[in-house]
Amino acid sequence: MASTQEMASTQELQVQKKREVESKEESTIPARVFVPATDIYETENDLTVILEMPGVEKNNVDIRVEDGVLSVAGQLDLTKYRGLHPLYTEYNIGHYARSFRLSSKIDQSKIAAEMKDGVLSLKLPKLEQAKPRTIKVQ
Amino acid sequence: MGANMIAAFADPFDVLFNLQRALDGRLMSDWLDDQTTGQGPFPPTNVFQQGDDILAIIELPGIEKNNLQIQAKENTIRIAGKKTITYPDGASVHRRERTFGEFNRTLSLPVQFDPDQIKAEYRDGILALHLPRAQQDKARTIKIS
Repeated sequence: MASTQEMASTQELQVQKKREVESKEESTIPARVFVPATDIYETENDLTVILEMPGVEKNNVDIRVEDGVLSVAGQLDLTKYRGLHPLYTEYNIGHYARSFRLSSKIDQSKIAAEMKDGVLSLKLPKLEQAKPRTIKVQ
Repeated sequence: MGANMIAAFADPFDVLFNLQRALDGRLMSDWLDDQTTGQGPFPPTNVFQQGDDILAIIELPGIEKNNLQIQAKENTIRIAGKKTITYPDGASVHRRERTFGEFNRTLSLPVQFDPDQIKAEYRDGILALHLPRAQQDKARTIKIS
């Protein structure tokens, strides 16, 4: 990834309140599911989606594209919390889920996914027909 | 250990539900008793007891390990660092929700720990700090003579 537009800055980081998934249907299980904080940007050839899912291992991520909707789910490994007695907490934990309706046509066979330090990066290549074309004026 | 102990349940949904309830039960509890100092409440931190020792679990997705500094002294621990986000040249940004910037937080715990025995582990965007209780802070059984 080219890193020209670096967003370092000296601003102080604020805590982002975790957002819960709101769906039309109620889930049958009582546990809460959270919405991963997401960045989406588009370049000439691809659409990139970056989701933050701290605590999710790469084997526990499920990504699918169906009917133009990209769905991502991340499962937390709860066994790590076994035998722990909470004393003081500031955030809650749970699985993650989010979906997006894709506006461009995506080549589904070429979607690339990378998981690093709790951050999932998805590169969705646009189909040839969806790429911008320069039209010459005669 | 009381009702807050996270027990192992057979049903994974029960495990998560009970875990979430246990975490809510200790949300901003007075255990730290206004001892949290330093600038800003980032990164979000949960503190657990594990046997005699303390385990702090901190959510910090997407940090370079060499951008993270941890210092410990007696009963305080300082976590400082920088989170950067990069976009390629010429990208048009549709959505920007991830936060970035600098952070510096000091936690003072009501427990003495052994600074030389602290272990820090960063995996899957989670920083786990194992803080072993200092020998002099451990409970001793008193024999009745």
